[in-house]
Amino acid sequence: MSHEPRNEVSPKTIEQVYRPVTRRTFLKGAAASMVGVAGLMAALKPLLALEQGEATLDDLLQKHYRELTPQEMQRILQRLEDKCQRAYGVRPAIRDARPLEGVEFGYALNLTRCIGCRRCAHACLKENNQSRDDANDIEMSYIRVLEMNKGAINLETSNVYYDPEQVPQKDKYYMPVQCHQCRQSPCTQVCPVQATWQEPDGLVVVDYNWCIGCRYCMAACPYEARRFNYKRPTIVKDAINPNQAYLSNRIRPKGVVEKCTFCLQRTRAGKYPACLEVCPTGARVFGNLLDPASEISYILKNKRVYLLKEEVGTLPRFYYFFDQ
Amino acid sequence: MRDYLTFLLRVWRVSFQGSWKFYAWMTGLSVLSLIGLNAWARQFVEGLQTTGMTNQVSWGAYIANFTFLVGVAAAAVLLVIPAYIYKKEFMHEVVLFGELMAIAVIVMCLLFVTVDLGHPDRFHHMIPPIGIFNFPGSILSWDVIVLNGYLLLNLHIAGYLLYCRYHQRKPTKTFYIPFVFLSIAWAVSIHTVTAFLYVGLAGRSYWHHPLVPSRFLASAFVAGPALMILTFQIIRRVTRYYIGDQPIFTLRMIMTVAMIINMFLLGCELFTEFYSPTEHAAAAHYLYFGLHGHRGLVPWIWTAIALDFIGLTLLITPLSRRIVWLNLACVACFIGIWTEKGMGLIIPGFVPSPLGQVVEYLPTLNETLVCLGIWAFGTLLYSWMLHVAIPIMNGSLRARPQLSPTEPETAPARF
Repeated sequence: MSHEPRNEVSPKTIEQVYRPVTRRTFLKGAAASMVGVAGLMAALKPLLALEQGEATLDDLLQKHYRELTPQEMQRILQRLEDKCQRAYGVRPAIRDARPLEGVEFGYALNLTRCIGCRRCAHACLKENNQSRDDANDIEMSYIRVLEMNKGAINLETSNVYYDPEQVPQKDKYYMPVQCHQCRQSPCTQVCPVQATWQEPDGLVVVDYNWCIGCRYCMAACPYEARRFNYKRPTIVKDAINPNQAYLSNRIRPKGVVEKCTFCLQRTRAGKYPACLEVCPTGARVFGNLLDPASEISYILKNKRVYLLKEEVGTLPRFYYFFDQ
Repeated sequence: MRDYLTFLLRVWRVSFQGSWKFYAWMTGLSVLSLIGLNAWARQFVEGLQTTGMTNQVSWGAYIANFTFLVGVAAAAVLLVIPAYIYKKEFMHEVVLFGELMAIAVIVMCLLFVTVDLGHPDRFHHMIPPIGIFNFPGSILSWDVIVLNGYLLLNLHIAGYLLYCRYHQRKPTKTFYIPFVFLSIAWAVSIHTVTAFLYVGLAGRSYWHHPLVPSRFLASAFVAGPALMILTFQIIRRVTRYYIGDQPIFTLRMIMTVAMIINMFLLGCELFTEFYSPTEHAAAAHYLYFGLHGHRGLVPWIWTAIALDFIGLTLLITPLSRRIVWLNLACVACFIGIWTEKGMGLIIPGFVPSPLGQVVEYLPTLNETLVCLGIWAFGTLLYSWMLHVAIPIMNGSLRARPQLSPTEPETAPARF
């Protein structure tokens, strides 16, 4: 760069150009530093509002779910129970529910029968301890029920905020959508820290203590199945379901993603998901895909089955079907 | 080693010496950065509810700014290629400023990603030995590698060359030339990988489009040079370092070609979306004309398109041979591309949502303050680097001031 004549090195050095440090400049500098530090402190002041014990050293040092020993897990569950008691006034029983041998869960939903009552969406909230501001707030429910125009399966013209006097409406049909527990799950593929993965029984789970909250999985999901805790979950004491599991319905910390796990706290103990139990029309069928005698296997073999967004190539374990 | 510490000490001292204008500028930027830090602290305590993001639009202004800035950082390559491959002498006057800009901008990118995290305190989960790095599965993990790699490359190149210059000795080629060539490929990779973040998502048809990476590069090679042209003029006006017109007009030429390609690709995209309007065109429809009565982005995108056209018109006509018009073109292109590539690319990816719902997004005040803070901090960082680098480059900050600067012990260093 020195070929440019105007950039020939200047004869004066920087020390000659600028004044040396004197007592006066030193004091000025000291005063300026004080102002700077004061400014920094003022800027960080909101951090004082952090609740005690919200982020402990144990939390920071905790390992990934799949690297924890049973003893470590036990300690963590204890800690989580303590935390919940402190924060919400209820002591839950949090278990580490493990997948069952020889089971791959599948879910089928009968579009002919669904009447769009949204009882499943509400039951989901009750079971899974999602954040809600009042009884009508189903934003964090893992199930979105779409009101569809008859004559096509077109999501573009669907409506989740439908609110008629009664359902079903004559010219509409209804399509509940929740996590499809995909075999080729884009959400687990994109997670930069493997905080979400597929379990041996096919369930896609999140380690809420490992998730960094980047929300890349939400961008990747074609079914809009994931929810993010933009705030610390709000849930009243009486509404809390104390039967909880580490990978599913324990109350999430703020800043992490959560999702439907087919109620693994129930299904891994041999029960049905909450959304199935509450369904008044029997539109929902849940079971083991590996068992040829199961009802779900029968449906996949004999009914007219429809896969939502099959073209995206996610190979879902959630199926829609129609009655003959 | 001792030498190096003295160097750092002198750099430290130079950092705090300047005219009152320099002090006013740096103080102003510091205040803005602190306002941003304050807003972020509030967000850290209350969670991302302080932003306008929702379950439906789960990325917003932070990721939009991030995407745009990765392009600006990659554009440093446009100074490196003419300087090192085509051996244009005059580009060596400015190539270092491009590398320093890349450093500042990459730092801004990393900050924008960090403020977007729900759990920044778990950042270490991404660092391999402590955390679990989903590599090569996650494109985000690729992005972490390429961005940090690019930062290190530029820190090394710029740092090494400045240190040699300080000692008035010729840089050893093997210490930096291989890195310079690596940085060329690397610059392209940072923006391509960032494009792949979006392109890889088959569930979002607005992003799942092979044109996106090419358009990313084309628009980056407009926005980057636009910013450089403007800052080079500021440098030659306010510092004791002369930059001729040649680098500026070389950048103008590059920018013109890139802008033509960018607009051509935009045309291709619009044709595909609108000629046979499939369901996949819903996002583009929302962006350009509104969807089901929601028109939140319409004024933004048409402003951006108008600015792009003004910029393009000025660039391809002889008008922009005059510096005033060129500057106008740069401002128009920079703002136009920031708008269309930031908000115009990220938000329609989420609107309509995969289930067909239209939920609009608008950044909140707190979110805007965080963005402003990061822009101010990046500017602060770049200003500081220039303030230290320029005395080294024009020779007034050198290892042995007692030696006559016009007779260095070896031939003058040339970057």
